[in-house]
Amino acid sequence: MTTLTSTQRILRKLPRDNAFYFFTSIGNYTGVSAASLEEFVKKILEVNVKSLEFHLYRGDFQKWIEETLEDKNLANEIKKLQQSKLIGNDLRDSLYLMVSKRYEKLKGYSYA
Amino acid sequence: MKIKSQTITLDDLDRNILRLLQSNAKKTYSEIGRKLSVAHSTVYERIKKMEEQGIIKKYTVAIDLEKTGKKPITAFMTVFTDPKESEVVARKLSEMREVVEVATSLSEELLIIAKVMAESQESLHTFIAQKVVPLQGVLRIRTSIATKKFKEGEFPIEI
Repeated sequence: MTTLTSTQRILRKLPRDNAFYFFTSIGNYTGVSAASLEEFVKKILEVNVKSLEFHLYRGDFQKWIEETLEDKNLANEIKKLQQSKLIGNDLRDSLYLMVSKRYEKLKGYSYA
Repeated sequence: MKIKSQTITLDDLDRNILRLLQSNAKKTYSEIGRKLSVAHSTVYERIKKMEEQGIIKKYTVAIDLEKTGKKPITAFMTVFTDPKESEVVARKLSEMREVVEVATSLSEELLIIAKVMAESQESLHTFIAQKVVPLQGVLRIRTSIATKKFKEGEFPIEI
């Protein structure tokens, strides 16, 4: 169950060192980063789709969402998406839908 | 050896001594003296002066890491930076264990070129993601991993 405190924690703004940095391959940083779940949702639409493929199939999104944002539910959802083997804009659309839905739900909790 | 303002002019003997030391820094004063037909005391004095002047910065050793059982990978990293921060970024990179060479370059935009070594591709990625990217002023990074090394060494002194 997601409590108000844990919701606020998931939605918090992170320090620079803990942000998610988007790469397209080993060592190639795109210049795009996200320091909160809100920013992460926006950046899914902006970043090169190769970056989404690179991070999803390495398990980087799941790891960051579970260990840094501390949202185990969303991390588990993303793990399932990994098994779908989606690529390109299909992957972008599915990931965006999943993460934005979760974000809106958490935002609703925090205003309740 | 003559000093003109900040520039030090070397004569043929100095350059020959440096050339021999570049090929093997363990050569003795006597060996160098014999090769160049001068007394070993002359070689000693010239080397001492060049050390004092900072022309000879250090004596080091080239290690074949593969023979020690390690197979590190080498990568060339281009870091695009905010011009205001590039000097600080370059200095911070210089202090990192994985970075073996750092230089700045002014092409279309200000960038830093660094030679990086790591134990594996994964540790290279972790290093760049966790230590380099979060530095203030880093805009983006392009990295090329070297697959085969054909030459490595110092720029040889001209005689």
